[in-house]
Amino acid sequence: MADRKIDEATQTETVGHEWDGIEELNTPLPRWWLWTFYATIVFALGYVIAYPALPGISHASEGLLGWSSRKQLGGELQAAEEARAGMRAQIAATPLEQLPAKPALMRAAVAGGAAAFKVNCVQCHGAGAAGSKGFPNLNDDDWLWGGDLRTIEQTLIHGIRQPGDDQTRMSQMPNFGSDALLTPAQIQDVASYVLVLGRKEHPGASSGRGKDVFATNCAVCHGTDGKGSRQFGAPNLTDAIWLDGSSRDEVVAQISHPHMGVMPAWGTRLDPVTIKMLAAYVHSLGGGEAFAAPEQPQDP
Amino acid sequence: MNRPGPVKPAPVSLYARREPVFNKRIDGRFRRLKWAVMALCLAVYWITPWIRWNRGPYAPDQAVLVDLAHRRFYMFGIEIWPHEFYFVAGLLIMAGIGLFLVTSAVGRAWCGYACPQTVWTDLFQHVDRLIDGDRNARLRLYKAPWTGAKIARRLLKWAIYLVISFATGGAWIFYFADAPTLQHAFWTGSAAPVAYATVGVLTATTFVLGGFMREQVCIYMCPWPRIQTAMLDEKSLTVTYKDWRGEPRASLKKALARPGSCGDCVDCNQCVAVCPTGIDIRQGPQVGCITCGLCIDACDRVMREVGRPRGLIDYATLEDAEREKAGQPPSRHLKLIWRPRTIVYFTVWAGIGLALLFLLGTRVHTGLTVAKDRNPSYILLSDGSVRNAYTLRLRNMEGRPRRMTISIEGLPGARMWSDDMARVAAAPRLVREVPADETRVLRLYVVAPATSAAQEFRFHVQAEAQAREQAAAPAQFDSPGGAS
Ligand code: SF4
Ligand code: SF4
Repeated sequence: MADRKIDEATQTETVGHEWDGIEELNTPLPRWWLWTFYATIVFALGYVIAYPALPGISHASEGLLGWSSRKQLGGELQAAEEARAGMRAQIAATPLEQLPAKPALMRAAVAGGAAAFKVNCVQCHGAGAAGSKGFPNLNDDDWLWGGDLRTIEQTLIHGIRQPGDDQTRMSQMPNFGSDALLTPAQIQDVASYVLVLGRKEHPGASSGRGKDVFATNCAVCHGTDGKGSRQFGAPNLTDAIWLDGSSRDEVVAQISHPHMGVMPAWGTRLDPVTIKMLAAYVHSLGGGEAFAAPEQPQDP
Repeated sequence: MNRPGPVKPAPVSLYARREPVFNKRIDGRFRRLKWAVMALCLAVYWITPWIRWNRGPYAPDQAVLVDLAHRRFYMFGIEIWPHEFYFVAGLLIMAGIGLFLVTSAVGRAWCGYACPQTVWTDLFQHVDRLIDGDRNARLRLYKAPWTGAKIARRLLKWAIYLVISFATGGAWIFYFADAPTLQHAFWTGSAAPVAYATVGVLTATTFVLGGFMREQVCIYMCPWPRIQTAMLDEKSLTVTYKDWRGEPRASLKKALARPGSCGDCVDCNQCVAVCPTGIDIRQGPQVGCITCGLCIDACDRVMREVGRPRGLIDYATLEDAEREKAGQPPSRHLKLIWRPRTIVYFTVWAGIGLALLFLLGTRVHTGLTVAKDRNPSYILLSDGSVRNAYTLRLRNMEGRPRRMTISIEGLPGARMWSDDMARVAAAPRLVREVPADETRVLRLYVVAPATSAAQEFRFHVQAEAQAREQAAAPAQFDSPGGAS
């Protein structure tokens, strides 16, 4: 720099620029500052060598440590899995109906079940398990096949109307309309009767006639009082919950050509602990019934 | 301006070696004040975690404790929960305004007396004096070759630095756990790794920042002087060399030889020798000055010895300096401090303080928050009634378990049950015990008759036998009649 200037007051060299009459002194930096700066450069070099850093055409450099974010994630997932193993073992060792008596275990099971539910069940039952037309709402107190822990687990393992599983929940409602088992007029009458049972309509001549049709055709499964049967998964027709809709058209359609839900047998796809946790979760949604099913007489 | 100046040879390097500071021992009123502040700060820092405070069987017996694991902050009789963080925010605002107040009144007094960097640097400088002697001896030793004796002295000094640093870094962790327990765990090697790491890091930073970097932290690293300098005005007290009185400076001998033509400064350099940051205050106000007042002590002593009035270097405001320059008598310091700006700061500061105290006195130790299930937003039950689900958080901010009654206001005919009971036992009110110092999470189902329309209502909790201890939270009840 040819035109070096020295500030009069401080006898320090200036950097040679001037802004509106203000000049900047060229004050040396302290040496520790400089060394810190060098150290950061050395650190950066080491970092670039040790870790993936340099971009290439298709890959970045791998780094000497062989670190990658995928590997790290894998490690973390495995660690999480291992951390859960103890709890899973405890859940596996505890009979399902005794889970609620162990709040910490129950909480873990419900949380695990909620996670499994989000992966496997929301497609039909919805994210909040509220179901939709034709797909049961799991939050309410109405159960087709039963709502205690054991029964829920059973339903989960073997599914509903699942071909190839001989313990699956199985029932069949006849196609009263399309197979011409009932005449259209009879169907209208029995629909009237069903709507009266469900307190949707007031009794009339049609429902009076329908009562007889019901007694001969429907009471086998739905019971003479229309309260349904869990043995056959036959819905209770007298309560406020309508699985397949509560309008006359929907009821007529269901009688004429019934829709019947199918649920996979999860026992072949999920491990027993996950199913246990799912049962706990579904039971915890608010409609869960007594924790265990009353002892059933064993088949001879 | 491009005036040609005197040409000086270019600096050898763009980077300068630190000029070590060997500040001389001094006694005087500001030095004594500094001692007192230092003793107070160190005592508060080291003793506080060891003060016990009986909180009964459910809470730690430490008077001041930041319990990160359980998210509680204990301070004597006060217990702060995370949602009461506004107390901390309020204290931070008070600290900010307090800084405005102090700075506008007495300049950078924080820097000179209370800043931890100043306190520990001062402490380390006393260690220097203890081991190596006062200024001249230290200068000599600094220039001396590395003999065995010098190495021994240095090692001894650094060992003492290290002990102080360790005591400093070590004390910090006691604020975050029960001190006696942690102390035992620490020495037996069973404390958490984070405790050892914290002690290690803080020991290292104290050792380096206090033992070696010292005034460089204040000059190069700390943003505070820049901020504080910007907050000073012409009415703030700062350390000022009264050049109108001191200049032209001359040695005592010269001054006696030519009476009347010289100022009061006898050019003894005592003010420079005692300065802990190594600056010459006679060059005017500068960023390196932490307004510690030691140069005032030094110069006052010189003035006393040469029989001149004290205060050649003194705390003065810019405005007052102008007055004095013009030959008028100086104003009283109290008058300088008590002026509209400081009064406004003080009023705001005290106002926030009183508001916090008021909040502290009237706050309730019972809390309730409600989160509603949105998916599904309601459930139709088989008897036609409607059910909504909520997650309630009952907070018991007292150090003993308490029973609380949960009830529903404004939802006729509603009953509820929770996930820890059978549905058939649904009732209009539930009683739950909430453990000491804990939040109890309760999943609650509220069922209302079929006729209920969507509406607002309130959950209410009431602690047993404590009329004032209650809380309420609004909630929404959805129904097929209209979900919102
Ligand atoms: S100039 Fe005086 S007040 Fe400022 S840091 Fe030095 S001794 Fe302290
Ligand atoms: S101590 Fe006072 S008299 Fe001595 S050099 Fe400093 S200002 Fe001048």
